[in-house]
Amino acid sequence: MCNNAGKTPDAALLAELRERAKWVRRETLRLHKLAPETRVASSLSDVELFVALYYGGLLKMNPANPRDEARDRVIVSKGHGGISLYPILADLGFFGKEQLDSIGTSGSILGGIPDEIPGFETINGSLGHGLGVGCGMALALKRRGSAASVVVLMGDGELFEGSVWEAVMFAGFHRLDNLLLLVDRNKKSMLGHTREIIDLDPLDAKFRAFGWEARAADGHDAGTVYGALSGLLPARGGKPKVFVADTVKGKGAPSLEADPLCHIRNLTPEQVDGLIEEHK
Amino acid sequence: MTAAAVKKTMRDAFIGKALEAMASEKDLYFLSADFGAPLLDKIRTEYPARFLNVGIAEQNLINVAAGMAFEGLTVHVYAISSFLATRAFEQVKINLSLHSQIRDVNVNMVGVGAGLSYDISGPTHHCLEDISVVNSLPGITIFSPSDWVLAEKFHAYALAHRTPKYLRLEGKPVPAIYDRRPEVRIEDCFCELQKGSDVCVVATGFMTHVALEAVKLAGEKGLKPGLVDLFLLKPLDGEKLLKTLSAYKTVITVEEGFIGAGGMDAIVLGLVNGSGLELKVRSLGFRNKFVFERGPREYLHSLYSLDAKSLAGLIEREARP
Repeated sequence: MCNNAGKTPDAALLAELRERAKWVRRETLRLHKLAPETRVASSLSDVELFVALYYGGLLKMNPANPRDEARDRVIVSKGHGGISLYPILADLGFFGKEQLDSIGTSGSILGGIPDEIPGFETINGSLGHGLGVGCGMALALKRRGSAASVVVLMGDGELFEGSVWEAVMFAGFHRLDNLLLLVDRNKKSMLGHTREIIDLDPLDAKFRAFGWEARAADGHDAGTVYGALSGLLPARGGKPKVFVADTVKGKGAPSLEADPLCHIRNLTPEQVDGLIEEHK
Repeated sequence: MTAAAVKKTMRDAFIGKALEAMASEKDLYFLSADFGAPLLDKIRTEYPARFLNVGIAEQNLINVAAGMAFEGLTVHVYAISSFLATRAFEQVKINLSLHSQIRDVNVNMVGVGAGLSYDISGPTHHCLEDISVVNSLPGITIFSPSDWVLAEKFHAYALAHRTPKYLRLEGKPVPAIYDRRPEVRIEDCFCELQKGSDVCVVATGFMTHVALEAVKLAGEKGLKPGLVDLFLLKPLDGEKLLKTLSAYKTVITVEEGFIGAGGMDAIVLGLVNGSGLELKVRSLGFRNKFVFERGPREYLHSLYSLDAKSLAGLIEREARP
């Protein structure tokens, strides 16, 4: 069994992860101001997950060669939540930082939903595809004897898609232990609270019933997220793994946090400026 | 067709080639949505690491295959036609068609049971929309063979072309047509099985066998219609097809599919319309209606004027207006 307890980040790393998370929030808000069509609330709930993966030293990656054979594959299945990954990938050198300022403009590589962008493994945006595709990649990597892991990020609203559960069954049965699913459980989809649409509880028990190793924890505490993910990557140990991150949709923007319909809400430029100040 | 022509299923021909290829092609995988064939049992026992039954789960079938193809593998996915492209349409659209525009995606969707193959199973099992549906997406090769010789030949093509493909295979055994035409290649897209004058029938899949019978009947009445068997609908060498059709005055398209809905008829009409040729195009198939009547295929064909006798009659009316 894996059940690796995970590592506690030392003080320096913890401080860095917290600073990075603040910076990613500021950048995500800034990108939203530049391109108001971006789904900002969805991109604010997954910040700490991306930060732990990309700045916690948990991922094998090669910005100079985004398709490096040895890389861990990251699939952002909740495509609209990928805006917060743009500044991280630019910072790490997957593409030029100047691209960030061009978001949504004619000829830019960056749109409201990530498509053919260095560092993004697949094109998502339509929900419910990432886990099945991730299963195919994980299976191919296992057959090839690769040490790489496949990480898939989904929202909890996305779990309503039936294709997700075809893939959950498949991964459990085939013991795809090189697969790690991150559920950004922000508890809201487009029209409100997921518990009022179809209650997903008990969520981690559902995954366990399908043969997965499941953990649930706070998805915004940098130390907790790092601790959990460091125990799950590199993914091995006989079972696919899921980390259910308890998050808040629109985290860091109080007006969004309080709004059940925040998925489709935009912030005004003035609101963005105020929030950026607050997150410094 | 001759009495001596060997009957065989297209799926056995294709799977037989896959079985052979798996010995040397280490990156070739075979995925099934709980659909079988005797030869498939051989693949499953001889190459257990490269055969997977994903269960009755066509969406996951396509997604898993796409993920494997993104990792550079060649993947055959196998299911009943009527549940393959339509049940998993969005998976096909996003993970095969869309991604194939920016990277290699060698997934071969092998659908068995084209048209009315499952005749008495009724409209849920009839597959009349697959050409239209797949044709609506960019970049997917559409192969609709009329015999098992072509189906067998397609395997090498499938390995060599690293794009998504849809194979609409007939479910029942069919006699060979191309055993005596070894020079025909998949890239030819079509074959003019009979050269004629005035009227040319353009058929695909099983209907090519009906059309062969129809042109024979018409011949007995002193007519000499042409017959084109269209087997690679996409990518289609349209110029070459137009050149062939330009020798005629009327074209009759014949398919076991919905017409007026983007199927083979639309492909031919689109070509003719843009060509400046003065060609009349008539289309036979099922118009805006599922087939609820029960009975063997020949009976169903007779109800919809798709039998050889009806087609021969139409050829005659068009040739001698």
